[in-house]
Amino acid sequence: MSAAPSPVSPAWAVELVGIDKRFGPVHANRDVTLRFSPSSIHGLVGENGAGKSTLMSILYGFYEADAGEILVRGKQVDIRTPQDAIRLGIGMVHQHFMLVETFTVLENLLLGHEGGPVLGPAMERARAQVRELERQFGLEVPLDALVSDLPVGVQQRVEILKALYRGAEVLILDEPTAVLSPPEVEQLFRILERLRQQGRTVLLITHKLKEIMAITDRVSVLRRGQVVAEFITADTDRQALADAMVGRKTSLSVDRAPARPGEVLLSARNVNVIDGRGVTTLKDACLNVRAGEIVGVAGVAGNGQSELLEVLSGMCRFDSGMITVKGQDINPSTKYDAADARRRGLAHVPEDRLKLAVIKEFPAHESAILGYHQDKSLSKGWRLNWKRVVAKTVSLMEQFDVRPPNPHLRTALFSGGNQQKLVMAREMEREPDILLVGQPTRGVDIGAIAFIHRQLVSLRDRGKAILLVSAELDEILALSDRILVMCDGEIVGELSAADATESRIGTMMAGIKDAPATQAVAEGVSA
Amino acid sequence: MSAGGSDNLPWWVTGLLLPAINVGLALAVSALVILAIGEDPVGALGTMLRGAVGTGEGIGYTLYYATSLIFTALAVAIAFHGGLFNIGGEGQAYIGGLGVGLVCLALPGWPWWAALPLSVLGGAAFGALWAAIPGWLQAYRGSHIVITTIMFNFIASSLMVYLMVNVLIKPGQMSPESEAFSASMFLPMMADMMGAIGVEMDSSPLNFSLFLALLACVAVWAFIWHTRWGFALRATGANENAALYAGIDPKRVIVVTMALSGALAGLLGVNELHGVQHRLMLNFPAGLGFTGIAVALMGRNHPAGIIPAALLFGALYQGGTELVFDYPTISRELVVVIQGVVILFAGALEHMFRPALVRLFSRRPVAVSKPAGA
Amino acid sequence: MEMFLTLLSLLDSTARLATPLLLAALAGFYSERAGVVDIGLEGKMLVAAFASAAAAALYGSAWVGLGAGILASLVLALLHGFACITHKGNQVVSGVALNIVALGLTAVLGNAWFQMGGRTPNLPADARFGELTLPLAEALRGVPLLGPIYYELISGHNILVYLALAIVPLTWWIAYRTRFGLRLRAVGENPAAVDTAGISVTRLRYQAVLIAGLLCGIAGAYLSTAQGAGFQTNMTAGKGFLALAALILGKWKPVPTLFACLAFAFADALQTRLQGVALPGIGEVPVQLIEALPYLLTVLLLAGFVGKAIPPKASGRPYVKDR
Repeated sequence: MSAAPSPVSPAWAVELVGIDKRFGPVHANRDVTLRFSPSSIHGLVGENGAGKSTLMSILYGFYEADAGEILVRGKQVDIRTPQDAIRLGIGMVHQHFMLVETFTVLENLLLGHEGGPVLGPAMERARAQVRELERQFGLEVPLDALVSDLPVGVQQRVEILKALYRGAEVLILDEPTAVLSPPEVEQLFRILERLRQQGRTVLLITHKLKEIMAITDRVSVLRRGQVVAEFITADTDRQALADAMVGRKTSLSVDRAPARPGEVLLSARNVNVIDGRGVTTLKDACLNVRAGEIVGVAGVAGNGQSELLEVLSGMCRFDSGMITVKGQDINPSTKYDAADARRRGLAHVPEDRLKLAVIKEFPAHESAILGYHQDKSLSKGWRLNWKRVVAKTVSLMEQFDVRPPNPHLRTALFSGGNQQKLVMAREMEREPDILLVGQPTRGVDIGAIAFIHRQLVSLRDRGKAILLVSAELDEILALSDRILVMCDGEIVGELSAADATESRIGTMMAGIKDAPATQAVAEGVSA
Repeated sequence: MSAGGSDNLPWWVTGLLLPAINVGLALAVSALVILAIGEDPVGALGTMLRGAVGTGEGIGYTLYYATSLIFTALAVAIAFHGGLFNIGGEGQAYIGGLGVGLVCLALPGWPWWAALPLSVLGGAAFGALWAAIPGWLQAYRGSHIVITTIMFNFIASSLMVYLMVNVLIKPGQMSPESEAFSASMFLPMMADMMGAIGVEMDSSPLNFSLFLALLACVAVWAFIWHTRWGFALRATGANENAALYAGIDPKRVIVVTMALSGALAGLLGVNELHGVQHRLMLNFPAGLGFTGIAVALMGRNHPAGIIPAALLFGALYQGGTELVFDYPTISRELVVVIQGVVILFAGALEHMFRPALVRLFSRRPVAVSKPAGA
Repeated sequence: MEMFLTLLSLLDSTARLATPLLLAALAGFYSERAGVVDIGLEGKMLVAAFASAAAAALYGSAWVGLGAGILASLVLALLHGFACITHKGNQVVSGVALNIVALGLTAVLGNAWFQMGGRTPNLPADARFGELTLPLAEALRGVPLLGPIYYELISGHNILVYLALAIVPLTWWIAYRTRFGLRLRAVGENPAAVDTAGISVTRLRYQAVLIAGLLCGIAGAYLSTAQGAGFQTNMTAGKGFLALAALILGKWKPVPTLFACLAFAFADALQTRLQGVALPGIGEVPVQLIEALPYLLTVLLLAGFVGKAIPPKASGRPYVKDR
């Protein structure tokens, strides 16, 4: 490590010693001790809820630890607010960007670091300083553009620049690649390398083991709020990390027989969606889903997958093209809402559970009939038959092992995995011919993931058509019989399960079309 | 507008203790105000209590005010469950009253029992229309319901002044009032009805509308919690996107919810005009539309809570009138202060006491799974 | 010439009527740009009008009255902050509550203290803000065109009118050229960005709410000790809501808000003159229509039929830290 700032500098940039934090009954961090050296990239991995984000929020002064101490450059410090953290040279790039969209880039950089009560002169000083930082770290950003006009990748660079402008020696990045395409990820990694060369410390929170292997020097694994392992990245591999994360031997693959596809149950032909601002969010989408197969849709989040699911499930209108559900054509002028879709035997497990699939204020049994409240079997004359609704919920909970099996408990009080099982149970219970599934295992613990995957495969084996959207490439590869790749609102290619490799899909996700694959789509449509 | 937070408090804490704390605080604030005026709070509150429930006439008046308040509070409550804060009850009641008046004026000589369904329909329809417009504007044009309903209160007021002064005024008269309705259609007074079955009762403006109000409570309760439409309404109120996912058209639900809310507010005119004043006039809602907000908040937006809350505020109105006779330095606007304080504590500061109560009374939910779920 | 003088006097009363609207609308500007919706402008103005009139009557000084008015308005503003910022309560409900409290309290206290049916005693001239004659106004009066404009329209208002007008450019400068303004606008759009920048959201929002209290205080004092000569029950009569409408029509920007206030005030001034007058080709315009016009316009604007008003993104939402 030749890039250490000066010979007198201590061995560690930041030390967290015995950090403990509870949120009510949840013990988010238990006696965590971690040390990060200067000029290094340190990875922090763990499952959802393992306590990574809480730990970093404590370091950034967003939360206060219940116990433990923090040392920065060898000195014990007291970090109560982000202000303290910033003063100590700690910066953070949050998963959801902390930018004011109606401000210019420069105004965003200035916020909290204005350099005087009046903006005028400080503004020009800041501009010069920022230019210098841009040069030093290779971070190009248009300073006078409105943030709302910038693509996500550039917004992230603004976030990094903001931290550096505030003097960050230690930079925390929380799941920075979730919103980036593979080339953007590479670009980000180049910037991180540069930061390391310049003596900064980078803390990278992620759940993508591939990235950990690609860029970190060391990696710490958190499970249930505790540090369970630490590795020098060069001395470990993905399997070892995955096992440490979960606490037992894991298998990323799912047992399944080859698909025996039947007739086409769901298809889309040249479907276009134009949003309120006139942007085409779904371009000429064509696809076929056959009985007895799982078709996976891969892509970086925000590239039209949500729109695809919403259009097919009847939640949003489309502007041109045609959808066919079990042989019946649907035009843009056909009345087709989510209720119609369900009546035709198309069920939908949406991407964002809390936003769409359940109502967290409702008791579980009310969430368990969401979308099916019009069902005649649940009513007695003009009244909803609550007795029957509760009985039905109890049976759903039994079938899908939802815990606790209490139909009267408020939905919000169930864990993510149990909410998801309740949703899957509700949507699969009526044996739909077509199932649309978005991010089925987001925020779900490992045990439930395997269960959910098994349920999907078994539904497929019962001859149903499944369209699976997931941002997790591993999930797509493990479950799909065919894979479509989306980029910028377009389906840019198709691969059979046999031909699919991570690198091929990754290239397509970046929008580089695979010539033979496009051919396949065209054939699929004409078939 | 959170319907309750994600804690699991026993029903009697949210249903009884919390409202009791709110009333206690409101009374304490009023006592302070009375002290500041230099009068004796205990004596004053005693007078109010006697005035409200001490005599048959007092009780009659209390119930008469409560009748109107039930209508306006149900209006606020149903909108609340649909995720909408309807501050426009006052204007909707005003325009609803216009509907009641027009129906009554159009049916000279009809018996009351034949006219009542039509005047109810008239009041509900006019109130519904006046509320559905802001609802439509929110659902389809994105304007904020709170601002629009406030504006509609003012517009309603101007419109009514115009109509009363220029159109509906009884010819040859100075004060802006319409002709009286036919005596045959006056709603029966409670005192007369009770008299008919041999029960003595002091005369008061309390009339047949009370039954209508109680009926409305049952109807609203059944609608919100026991019908598919009510389910759709609550789903939309809690989460519009989830409603869309469930195949519910949230926009339509918003318009319908506002229409129902306005229809309920519009029924105030049945009590005030068809029941008591027997003519169209200016300012008959007299702030009862706004008081409905306090009543609804205090009654936790549930008919079972709204009835006692309406009784309490009816008693305050009536007691306040009595208070003024005995304590000339205290004016009846004291009731308005109490009403404001209740809205403040039960509405805006609902989160202040809750955490403390949760710590005291919360039932630990059974095994909320492992420490995951963060 | 007579037309010209009529127009001048019309514009003159426009300025007088616009002042309280403008002060209250600017109060709303600070609060709402910081993300705190303020339905309670009306109530703050009302308590200020009452406190000013009462204090001015007691101490015989308009300035003492102004101080008392501001103080009373600040108390209400603090309550609003306590409910909405500290306890993350519903901002609209809090505003409604405070309006009702203000209406009741001023009536009750007014009646008890002065026993004039809710009115305060008539203020003598030296307990009110008098009209100021600007330098040379008399001398230049004879100059054609400009003389009367200077004398009738520009000179001869009380100090609060000039103050209100001066606050418009000041507000613009604060909002767009200072550190405080940058943070104020940021906290109304994305409070999390402000929080992670190490700035206290709570403190900023309290500052904004208190500025709103200060401005409403001046507006209320103007009503009872400058424009009027004492307090009457519910003397604001919806001006707070009109100010809110002006702020919305002005799309939450200071200068357009000024013009919206002037337009409302002009309509108000015109209305008094148009009563009973038949306009050529139109006939008699009902007073009530002119009265309702600002409200109708606001409704149309909010619905996007007349331009589009987009409120600050975070307005109405209490700030809750989450990950």
